[in-house]
Amino acid sequence: MSAFAAVLKRDLVLALRRKNEVITSVFFFVVVAALFPLGIGPEMNTLRLVGPGILWVGALLASMLSLGRMFAADHADGSLEQMALSPHSLSVLVAAKILAHWILSGLPLVLLAPVLGLQFDLSANALWILTLSLLLGTPVLSLIGAVGAALTLGVRGGDVLLALLVLPLYVPALVFGAGAVQAEISGLGASAHLSILSAMVLVAAVFSPWASAAALRVALES
Amino acid sequence: MLTASNLSLSRGDRRLFSGVSFTLESGQWLHLEGDNGVGKTSLLHLLCGLISLEEGEIRWKGQTTAKTPEIFHADLAYLGHQLALKQDLSPLENLRADAAISGRELSVKDAMAALAQMGLRSREHLPVRVLSQGQQRRTALSRLIVSTAALWILDEPFVALDAAAQNALAGVINAHLSRQGMVLLTSHQDLSLAGSGRRYKLTA
Repeated sequence: MSAFAAVLKRDLVLALRRKNEVITSVFFFVVVAALFPLGIGPEMNTLRLVGPGILWVGALLASMLSLGRMFAADHADGSLEQMALSPHSLSVLVAAKILAHWILSGLPLVLLAPVLGLQFDLSANALWILTLSLLLGTPVLSLIGAVGAALTLGVRGGDVLLALLVLPLYVPALVFGAGAVQAEISGLGASAHLSILSAMVLVAAVFSPWASAAALRVALES
Repeated sequence: MLTASNLSLSRGDRRLFSGVSFTLESGQWLHLEGDNGVGKTSLLHLLCGLISLEEGEIRWKGQTTAKTPEIFHADLAYLGHQLALKQDLSPLENLRADAAISGRELSVKDAMAALAQMGLRSREHLPVRVLSQGQQRRTALSRLIVSTAALWILDEPFVALDAAAQNALAGVINAHLSRQGMVLLTSHQDLSLAGSGRRYKLTA
């Protein structure tokens, strides 16, 4: 457990010392979400219709921006070798890195989403569901992204490959995340969508650290 | 005791080495020699378990390392070409994070003492990126001072160090050997370490 905490703390401290990397992806989300209402125009009904989807796609792309860096620095400076040689399971250490990634690139989006949602004239209930769906959905993005980042580690042109690999896998989270808000707006209730999102988090939380660790071991062999 | 028997490694179609066997007893050192590109680093990776074994067997205290890697890794300290230092953290923070990842608690006092021993007094709180190459290597090597591992696997530990640091490192290695530790290292220099030791020439 102390090793988990050490990796988490190290990643968070490093991010605080290079704030620009964290701020870039958060700023990207804010800009994307702010540009759409300007482009579409002040048509309230249209905005309400497209709002959840746009915010979700924005969150998805913003969390992808920082995926390439998840293991790259550790691979380059040899920290990954030391983590693989730790008596602790590599999966546990990778889980700490995934949690750090979510705190740095997922949590800010969750906190910003209700503010940005106001531009799309979403009701208070819809904003609440949007925040909840992102709270359940962004960990899925970090977890799935970690597997992609580990698989493309050390591959030339890995960033594009990472996007091609990971974006299709993000589709279910996007469908049910944006769908939850739509369902709430149309009066159907969001509980079914949110339950499915919760199930996705649980399944991903079990398999992703293990799969990422296996992919990292392969990357270390070359 | 570390026993390697009949190890071999291929990269693509090329066979790097084959039939490598040796034993390392408590308090002994093994100096791995060989020309550039003969596969010294790869052999060290193979021994650590970073590369999976194609042929042969590695045993640590009688147990196959591939089967119980966590037991082996708890007794292992590895220092590679890459120093595994975070450039934005201070030597002190690096040392403490490394210790936690390798499963130990390290107090600030012990970490400061280790850094001072490697000649990094008053550099403990600077970010590693402002230190010179040699000082960065000293930071990485101070990991060994605080290590409780029985087996040290060191890849070119004497590179880029000045005479004083080389002596300090030799002292650290000798102290480890006198505590019945084991050291396996590569180096292109002639080494004069205490205790009993052997050279192993790696050939293709």
